[in-house]
Amino acid sequence: MKPLVLTHVSLVNSLGPGIKATLDALQEKRGGLVRCDFHSSELETWVGQVPGVDAIRLPSFLSDHECRNNRLALLGIEQDGFAGGIQSAKNRYGRNRIGLFLGTSTSGLEETEWAYRHRNPDSGALPAGYCYSGTQNTYSLGSFVKKILDLDGPTVVISSSCASTAKVFVEASRMIESGLCDAAVVGGADSLCLTTLYGFQSLGLLSKSPCRPFDADRDGISIGEGSGFALLEKSLPDSNPSDIRLLGVGESSDAYHMSSPHPTGLGAVMAMRRALESSGLAACDIDYIHLHGTATKANDASEDKAIVTLFGKVTPCSSTKGWTGHGLGISGITNAIVAMLCIQFQFMPGSLNTSLLDPSLQSGYLMETRTNPVNHVMSNAFGFGGCNCSLVFGRKV
Amino acid sequence: MLLDSVVATVPWSLGGRSDMRIYVEGIGLLGPGLNGWTNSIPLLRRSGGWKMTPLCVPDPVSLPAVERRRAGQAVRLALAVGFEAHANAQRDPSMTETVFTSSGGDSPSLHTNCEALAGANPEVSPTRFHNSVHNAPAGYWGIASQSREPSTSLCAFDASFAVGLLFSAIHVLIDHRLVALIAYDVPYLEPINHVRPIISAFATSLLLVHEKTDHAIACLDIMRMDGEKCSSLPVMDTDMTTLSLGTPAGRSLPLLVAIASGAPMTVEIEELPEHHLEIQVSAC
Repeated sequence: MKPLVLTHVSLVNSLGPGIKATLDALQEKRGGLVRCDFHSSELETWVGQVPGVDAIRLPSFLSDHECRNNRLALLGIEQDGFAGGIQSAKNRYGRNRIGLFLGTSTSGLEETEWAYRHRNPDSGALPAGYCYSGTQNTYSLGSFVKKILDLDGPTVVISSSCASTAKVFVEASRMIESGLCDAAVVGGADSLCLTTLYGFQSLGLLSKSPCRPFDADRDGISIGEGSGFALLEKSLPDSNPSDIRLLGVGESSDAYHMSSPHPTGLGAVMAMRRALESSGLAACDIDYIHLHGTATKANDASEDKAIVTLFGKVTPCSSTKGWTGHGLGISGITNAIVAMLCIQFQFMPGSLNTSLLDPSLQSGYLMETRTNPVNHVMSNAFGFGGCNCSLVFGRKV
Repeated sequence: MLLDSVVATVPWSLGGRSDMRIYVEGIGLLGPGLNGWTNSIPLLRRSGGWKMTPLCVPDPVSLPAVERRRAGQAVRLALAVGFEAHANAQRDPSMTETVFTSSGGDSPSLHTNCEALAGANPEVSPTRFHNSVHNAPAGYWGIASQSREPSTSLCAFDASFAVGLLFSAIHVLIDHRLVALIAYDVPYLEPINHVRPIISAFATSLLLVHEKTDHAIACLDIMRMDGEKCSSLPVMDTDMTTLSLGTPAGRSLPLLVAIASGAPMTVEIEELPEHHLEIQVSAC
C-alpha cells in the first residue's frame, strides 16, 4: 500500500487523558485498572475506567447525542491538540475532502441500559428523554464526531467487535487511494456498560484480578474504555521523515467460532502475513509486535501460535492490556498509537501484572520494558466472530 | 482558489473517472412478499403486483447444528441472501470478501439483554451476548461459508445501505476482489421499537465485481452527490415505497427494481445528511 502519515493523534483511557499519560504509565509501569464498582455491579473483576466521564457535557447543540460513549469521544478530541490539527487540515483540504472512519462495539449501549431501568411501570415505555439515534445506534459516534469536527467527507462507523478500530485504518487507506478523500480521521470510542461486563462474565472470560497477559495463571480480560483518534494523510516527498507512517494492513476471518479464536491462530497468521505483504516488509524487518494479548487462555495461546508460525520465537512481542484493560472496540486504535509511541520513543513495553510467563507459550514475549531501536511495529487486533486485522507502522522507508 | 473551486464541484474521481463503475453478478433478496431474487423479479417489474405478505426466513442449513440453533432472525436473513447471491452467480462463497451493513444488527438481542440487566439479578445469556455484537452475522457467515477472507460490519443509521454500497464499491475497485454486500435489518421488540420503528425484516445481497464478467447481470455507475434526497424511483408503487422507507436495508429497493426492469434507469438512494448516491443502472 501507499504509506500514510499519522500527523495528529489523541488518546484517552484509564491511564489518563492525552498521549503523555499513556506514555508515562507505560514507561513507569503504572497501571490503570481498579476494582469494578461500575453502577454498583457486584461482579468480582477489575476495570480500566476513565474517571470523571459522567461530569462531561456535550455542547448543547448535540445534547441528543449525550451518552458515555460520545463523552469519551469528546474527551479524546479535546486532547493533544487534535481538534486544532483537524481545523488546520480542513483549511488545507476542505471539510468535504476529509473522510471519517470510526469504530465502536458498544456505542451508547449504557444509555439504553439506563433507559430500561427507568421504564414507565404501567406502559413499559422508555423515558421521554431517551434518544435512540443519538446514543444507542452504532452510527451515533459517527454522527457526533462528524458534527463536532464539522467534517463532510465519506463517513462510516465500523463495528467488527474488537477489531473495529484497526479496520478503520484499512477502510481509510482504500478511500484515500480511491481519491474520494485526501485525508482521514480514524479512531473511535468504546465505553463500559453492564452488557459487556455481564456478557464476558457469562462466557467465563472475565478476570477476577487485574488481567495478566501470557501468564500461566491468566484467567481472562479486564474490560477497559476510552477513545483514540488519528489523522491520516498521504505521505509526500516533503513529509517529515520522523513522522510515523501506516505502512501495511492485513485482514482475515477465522471461519471457526463466534467467541473463540482459531486454536492454531490460522486467521491471525493470514492477517499478519497480508499486513507484511502490503507493507513490502519481511517478518525479520519487524522489531516489535504489539499483541492483541487479551489475557484469556484461548486468545493468548492462539496468538502465540500465530506469532511463532510467522516470526519464530525471537521477535520481541507483548501486550499492554495489563495497563489499560481490554478496550474492546478501541483496541485497534489504542494498540496503533502505542505502536507509534514505541517507534517515537524507541522502547518496547514489557508486561504488567504478568508474574509467571506461561511456559507453554513460545513467542518472544517481553516481561520487562526494553529500550532499543524500534523502526517497524506490527500491531494486532482480533475480535468476536473471528475478525482479524493487523497493521504495520514505521518511519519513512 | 481555483483548486478549491475544483475540489468543491467535482464530487470525487477514481482512476480519472468522475464515477465508479462496478458490476453485479448475483443478487439475494428476502422481504415481505419477496421470497428470493429470482422469484421477485416479476413482482419488482410490475407496479402493483406485489403484496406485503409475511416474510419466510429459511433455516440456515449451511451452519453446524449448534450455531444453527443459536442463530436469530438477523443471522438467518443475512446468510440466506448471501448464499442466494452466490448461487445466482455460481460463485464459491468461501472466496469472496464481505461487507455487512445494518442499522441495528440482531436487534431483538438488545432488548433481551437490556431487560435481563434491568432486573434485580442482572445477567446476560452468553449466546444473546455474542449475538448482540454488530458483526454477529459476519461471524456466522464465516462459519457457514468457510470464507477466511476479510469481512467488515458497518452502520450508518438510515443510510446503512448506501454507505455499505459505497464502501463495497471502493473495496471492489481498489482491491479488484469479489465482494458480497449483505444488507439486513430486523424490527426491534417493544419498547425500543416505539422509538426506532422498523416496519419489517428485510435483507438483500449484491455480489459485486470490478469488471464485466460472464456472470454480470447489471452495471452500476455510482456517484456520491451533494444534497439530501430520499430513496426513490417513480415506477415503484406506494406500498413498496412504504416498505423501502420503513426499513433501512429496504432503501435498496429502488436499485433492485431498476435492475429487475432490465431497462437503463437512474436511481437515487439517500446517504448521510447532505448527500445521496446517484446510480445509473444498465443491464449487461
